[in-house]
Amino acid sequence: MIRLEKRAQPSKVWTYATPLLAVVLTMLAGGLLFAALGKDPVLAIRTIFYEPLFGQHASFYLPQLLVKAAPLVLIAIGLSLGFRAGIWNIGAEGQYIIGALCGAGVGLAFYPTESVLIFPLMVIAGGLGGWAWAMIPAILKTRFGTNEILVSLMLVYVAEKLLIGMSLGLMKNPEGFGFPGSRNLAHYPSATSWIDQSLGLHWGVAAALIAVIAAYILLTRHMLGFNIRLAGQAPRAARFSGVNPNRLVVFCLGTSGALAGLAGLFEVAGPTGSVTDSFNVGYGFTAIIVAFLGRLHPVGILLAALLMSLTYIGGGIAQSQSELQLPAAAIQLFQGMLLFFLLATDLLTNYRLRLTRGATA
Amino acid sequence: MSELFAAHGLRKAYPGVIANDDVSFSIDTGEIHALLGENGAGKSTLVKMIYGLVKPDAGTMTLLNAPYAPPEPRAARGSGVAMVFQHFSLFDALTVAENVSLGMENPPAASKLAQRITDVSEDYGLPLDPHRTVGDLSAGERQRVEIIRCLLQDPRLLIMDEPTSVLTPQEVEILFATLEKLRAEGTSILYISHKLEEIRALCDRATILRLGKVVGHANPREKSAAELAEMMVGTALHRPERELSPPGEVALEVANLTLQPANPFGTALRDVSLSLRKGEVLGIGGVAGNGQDELLAALSGEALCAADEVKLHGQPIGRLAPPARRKLGLLSAPEERLGHAAAPDMSLTENALLSANLRKHLSRRGFINWGAARRYAEEVIEAFDVRTPGPHVAARALSGGNLQKFVIGREIEQAPEVLVVNQPTWGVDASAAAAIRQAILDLAAEGCAVVAISQDLDELMEISSRFAALNGGRLSEPVPVDDSLTMERIGLMMGGAHDMEVAHNHPSQVPA
Repeated sequence: MIRLEKRAQPSKVWTYATPLLAVVLTMLAGGLLFAALGKDPVLAIRTIFYEPLFGQHASFYLPQLLVKAAPLVLIAIGLSLGFRAGIWNIGAEGQYIIGALCGAGVGLAFYPTESVLIFPLMVIAGGLGGWAWAMIPAILKTRFGTNEILVSLMLVYVAEKLLIGMSLGLMKNPEGFGFPGSRNLAHYPSATSWIDQSLGLHWGVAAALIAVIAAYILLTRHMLGFNIRLAGQAPRAARFSGVNPNRLVVFCLGTSGALAGLAGLFEVAGPTGSVTDSFNVGYGFTAIIVAFLGRLHPVGILLAALLMSLTYIGGGIAQSQSELQLPAAAIQLFQGMLLFFLLATDLLTNYRLRLTRGATA
Repeated sequence: MSELFAAHGLRKAYPGVIANDDVSFSIDTGEIHALLGENGAGKSTLVKMIYGLVKPDAGTMTLLNAPYAPPEPRAARGSGVAMVFQHFSLFDALTVAENVSLGMENPPAASKLAQRITDVSEDYGLPLDPHRTVGDLSAGERQRVEIIRCLLQDPRLLIMDEPTSVLTPQEVEILFATLEKLRAEGTSILYISHKLEEIRALCDRATILRLGKVVGHANPREKSAAELAEMMVGTALHRPERELSPPGEVALEVANLTLQPANPFGTALRDVSLSLRKGEVLGIGGVAGNGQDELLAALSGEALCAADEVKLHGQPIGRLAPPARRKLGLLSAPEERLGHAAAPDMSLTENALLSANLRKHLSRRGFINWGAARRYAEEVIEAFDVRTPGPHVAARALSGGNLQKFVIGREIEQAPEVLVVNQPTWGVDASAAAAIRQAILDLAAEGCAVVAISQDLDELMEISSRFAALNGGRLSEPVPVDDSLTMERIGLMMGGAHDMEVAHNHPSQVPA
């Protein structure tokens, strides 16, 4: 019989080993799944994990990896701060949309003027937009004690409606022959977030790296980060220490909202280029998985976002490749498995498995 | 008398520590047997093995001369071994009868059970109304629920872990009368306590543990408390010395403080007033749940009140948060070590930072100086003899006594002007308790004003210059600690024994 025994201290080794174990288990279980679908499991796993990195078209896929990972990192870093403090922002998708709308709005308003000030203004507008959208659950929570999970999630659907309204109305391209969607900001030199499109580099990639470093310093070197961790681990001790829970709610929701808004702005001004009704593809929700997959640790989140975007790109190849043609649902299931195994193996950090002989009555 | 229970060469090792090694002792039928030892001496592990919570690595036990090896508590209860834990496992929102029924294998119908509870409570002089909600009960009454739950199983051996720590003197008398009655009926009791006078008054024999080994057996009636303490600690115990300095100017003033509790089962503070001079130790007694936590929160700044309801050196601080109060020299140490005074999963270094950041300048412009924090943690560990491999260890890995030394030391080493402590030596072994009390007295001798909230009256008598009692959220007029302050008088200040009579209706929670 297997018994669980609580460790005196969380295991350092397993904290780092469980994500790797989860990836291996996902490969095994995913392989079984693909085999059951009648596909070659080895080829499928190889296509997902190997092809984008080292395959013959790697030079095409690698920039995509950066483009997909950047918004995930930005959003997940912000979310992880709140998650550490026990503040659950589930509405990053909405903040991402509002950030994109505000930033794009500034850019479109200046079209076709060229100035180096336009892009910085868009960045500020994007961050502020996401921040303001996150302030709604923050103020409702601190003033009236509402649940931030529900409020932030509901606001995602409000933001989606606004997005549709904007792409069909106010922001619609006047030279777009009646098609929905705004002008393409990627083709507007003063407003684009691209640095080098062929390398997959845009300002969002740079911002994501800065966010990783800043979050790392905040959490390990700064009192604010210490208070965030303290509030999440021992709320009463945090109060005793003097942490003001309301201020923490405002800070965590505000920061995650602003980062999500920035991610939206960099995306709309680069990779997608324009405000359309299908602008958002779920980065705000996937970032939740990324945050946990990365152990709520900045460097972990960076790696997790790269892994996640690898499964997206690899999954995309596996779907389209003629020999495989994996169904999209199988790919989603595969990604779901990753989170499932991660949470399951997380147990090993705090508990050790003990084999006991015989069953006790 | 015949032998009821015996342990032979019990051994239990955990990674890095041998909790019990070659422990042998026996309990006779109808005997109250004391188990004495410092915290970490292995008492808990030993009784957990007897109660089936932990399996011994080696050694055997016998019950009525038959081999006894309970794989789990249910089997232990089936063999007639029952245990009253130090921490109650009761649901506040349920009634006494519902709580008792939850702990039984085959609970009888509700009406029958209520009758049985009433019968047992009358037989043993433990007044308890089965229909009252547990959340409304005093700590002493809650303990009675646990005891009656055990007695309904007709145990042969009743294990009691530090049962008097939450009782008023009058309630202790009631408990002792019950235990003596049980003894007369032939029930054996294994009694764990560090209160030596109690053990001398009650117990027939004592087994003394030190560092996991039996270091002796004694008849506690023939030994003095000092002798027993010496056997327990291994060296002569240092009694705190009180160096009385003339009280200085008023440091802390509380005036007509009235405060609603933060949680629904808390106690409201009602019109609390006190004034505390430099160099004074004000002892505040009272049964748990009479406003101790709320008073500490109001003084530490975790609960805010009107600005001039609390004054420090004449300055109103009622609206100030804990960090601002710390800056002014008002420090505090809450009762609950894990989760309130310290974050369980954080290291001692991080826990040092938790309350000492401002006064010890452990950060600059918000950036933490981890080296300084670690050095401060090491300073506390060194000064208060905290037994731990180092400051990197998580707080939850320390024993209760060691962590208590750390959280008290963390405040004292910051040189407070006013220190508020709640239960400073709760669940701490005799030598650690003596060290903590001495540190509090030394602090007072240096001119610090101390508010010591405690349920241990002996402790309060030892360290306080004045004494007041909390009862239902009201604070009695403080009186000087001298010979005129008898246990009898203290008991009355604390509200006497709670509900000496079996209650037949729901009495109002607040005494008139």
